[in-house]
Amino acid sequence: MLGIRTFRGGGVFPYERKSRTRDKRIWNAAIPGIAVIPFLQHSGTPAVPLVRQGDRVREGMLIGRPAGEDSAAVHSPIPGIVQELVNVVLPNGNSSLAALVALDGEFDRLGKETRSFPWENLTPEELIDAIANRGVVGMGGESVPTRQKYLRARQAGAETLIVNGVESEPYVCADYRLMIEKAAEIVEGIRIAEKALGVKHVFFAISNGRSEAAEAVGTALRSSGSQARLIQLQDRYPQGDEKELVRAITGKEVPSGGSPLDTGTVVSNVATVFAIYEAVVLQKPLIDRVVTVAGGAVRNPGNLKVRLGTPLADLIEECGGFRHTPARIVVGGPMTGLGIFDLSIPVTKGTRAVLALSEAEVGDATETACIQCGRCVRACPMGLEPTILYKYIDHQQYDRAVAAGLADCHECGACAYVCPAHIPLVQGLKVGKRVVDDRIRTREAAK
Amino acid sequence: MSSERERVHSVQPPVVAGSPQFHERTSTAMIMWFTVLCLSPAALWGTYVYGWRALGVIAVSVAASVVCEFLIVRFLFGRDRKVENPAGRTELLRPRNAGTLRDGSAALTGLLIGMTMPPAVPLYVPIVAAVFALAVVKWTFGGLGTNWMNPALAARVFVYFSWTPQMTSWTMPKPLLGMPAGGTVDAIAAATPLGLIKTHVVTGMIAADGPMSLLRQAGYPRSAFDGNVTEWLNAHILVHLGANLPGGYVDLFVGNIPGAIGEGSVLLLLLGSVFMFGRRIISWEIPASYFFSFAFFEWIFGGTLYHTGFFSGDVLFSVCTGGFVLALFYMATDPVTSPMSSSGMVVYGTGVGILTFLIRTFGSIPEGVALAIIFMNMFVPLINRVTTPRRYGVRAGGEAA
Repeated sequence: MLGIRTFRGGGVFPYERKSRTRDKRIWNAAIPGIAVIPFLQHSGTPAVPLVRQGDRVREGMLIGRPAGEDSAAVHSPIPGIVQELVNVVLPNGNSSLAALVALDGEFDRLGKETRSFPWENLTPEELIDAIANRGVVGMGGESVPTRQKYLRARQAGAETLIVNGVESEPYVCADYRLMIEKAAEIVEGIRIAEKALGVKHVFFAISNGRSEAAEAVGTALRSSGSQARLIQLQDRYPQGDEKELVRAITGKEVPSGGSPLDTGTVVSNVATVFAIYEAVVLQKPLIDRVVTVAGGAVRNPGNLKVRLGTPLADLIEECGGFRHTPARIVVGGPMTGLGIFDLSIPVTKGTRAVLALSEAEVGDATETACIQCGRCVRACPMGLEPTILYKYIDHQQYDRAVAAGLADCHECGACAYVCPAHIPLVQGLKVGKRVVDDRIRTREAAK
Repeated sequence: MSSERERVHSVQPPVVAGSPQFHERTSTAMIMWFTVLCLSPAALWGTYVYGWRALGVIAVSVAASVVCEFLIVRFLFGRDRKVENPAGRTELLRPRNAGTLRDGSAALTGLLIGMTMPPAVPLYVPIVAAVFALAVVKWTFGGLGTNWMNPALAARVFVYFSWTPQMTSWTMPKPLLGMPAGGTVDAIAAATPLGLIKTHVVTGMIAADGPMSLLRQAGYPRSAFDGNVTEWLNAHILVHLGANLPGGYVDLFVGNIPGAIGEGSVLLLLLGSVFMFGRRIISWEIPASYFFSFAFFEWIFGGTLYHTGFFSGDVLFSVCTGGFVLALFYMATDPVTSPMSSSGMVVYGTGVGILTFLIRTFGSIPEGVALAIIFMNMFVPLINRVTTPRRYGVRAGGEAA
């Protein structure tokens, strides 16, 4: 393991279960008959709708204008007619206004030749605007609008860009396939991001053992003249999370309550970098993304290039439907993804994967008494004591939970994954955080 | 395709749970039952060398523990009730800590009690021990996960001091019966190696240069098997290393010595521990720190009893006797009564090692592991408090790094 870096303490080695999807080429999913396009597909403020019921929209047309710094543009992934604007529930539990677009009319991009735009002459500001105009947001996790992130990074004088190709969540192979099949495009995206950010150092992080992707990216990097360095990281969960990534690559720790910017580092996912390439070079808005459809209950799992707004049921259907009734349906990876009950939820910019897990894959989750074994403590990458935080929250001792570092928990799920008593530690800590946030808000309102 | 579509849409996932959506295939019950499994070869060895009565002692201990657990759970929580959950499935309704009959923790406590009993112990002793372990040590503090002492060890210590003669009369294991052993075999027939040495230390009658030669001088028997294996080892392996193994250690290692039913076979206990490590039921911290701190002090000071100076202790002898290996892998590592963080576990293991050494060397009783462990059990909350892991992004003193 010499020379392979990783973060400091904690972490787990969950069952990987990528064998059914890792060698499947990305295929284009069918165009949805009706696309459900939420105006909130990013963190922050929803976009302002620019269309009304009955409007005709074209493929890639702007239908939602950013409402400010923390907002992002939304484009129609298909040509068609706006049937209505409705509220939909998103995978993360939020609700958002969404446009229902019924497929109709001609495609402007699909099947047409695209010319490469010579971006080398653009200034960093122009590049960031070009990225923002095409609705690019972070596609790995929290979906922060890329413009917001990159402008802040420029202000803070960030010197390091980390391109995150780690993908430490089990089952998910979307980024892995993208790196293999679109390595040159990703590398061009890196060069754009490099210029837009004005960073001095670029690192491309990839998990140890994903040699096919590492070779593809390595070859593309060498022939492009990019200064990015390929770094192999130990395949340990949650290596793909920002804080663990920054620690592994720079040796610095993101201060408690801070962001990677406090260490002069910007982290962008490979899917984001690919979207940057498409936005700038192909001048294509963010209207599709790669999604892994997997899990034991799916008949024919795979990696699909999906138009945003495609209902999840369509994806499952495209993958041959269910082999048997799934025990859980999950949007995202199994460690952090959320269980859903409604398959009409659409794919959004942040949807990495849809999993239909069988009973056997989920495993027994009957809760029993805590035996103080400390496995959660030894699994926590943030050096927290999940069982103690959980008990503080259970006993409504929120101040003690905060003092013990509740806010540092980024809900990676390592603790609950290893807990032999199957205590819902992540759920408990989430509840605790919400109560603490509510209290702070009430206190501020009272002032 | 359209019927497929309807089928996809009609599926109602029964559970909408929070993350993580899957778990490592482990559970408290799995940990407990697997530990029982790993201990059983050593328990069966006890049955082999001491006869069926030894198995009877273990069976009585386990049965007493399980019955006691059952009665306490029934008394505290009543009968199990079945309810229908929102997804329409029947579920057993019970408090989180009332499932301990099925989870094997009571059976494991019973097994450990049985394995630490002398083979000829009157059967009321393990019964009292089991009741004490469960009713007093485990359930007065709330059952599984809340006891602050290892129930089996606390119970063993309780009955040891209550029925000391019964708890210290030992039986010769089958392989040593009828073995030629100098002229005084009757006098030492019922002594454990450590007990014999302690007697000599207390009476000041030490004229040997180490524990093994003391045993030989006192006429302690050796099995024929020990002789053969030692000879073979010396002739074929150790000769190449320039070493020579004196007689007697093979008996210690395979369990041909008087002692508690399950503590004798170092070999089979080690074998079980391989699986315990393999399934990650136990981790390296406690066994390693316990072993090294104990071995270190035995090595430095163990020889002083025999006036051979410092750094001459017989570590191999010390770790193969007195239930050390049983304690090392199966008792000190009890998840409930050991610290949670890695550094805490090392502090705890080191403490147990030092205390075991101190009690064995300076105490009035020959064995030290049980007292050392329950003594350190009491410090676990304190150790947990001072050995919290270093938090990511936080400097010492509490401010953000």
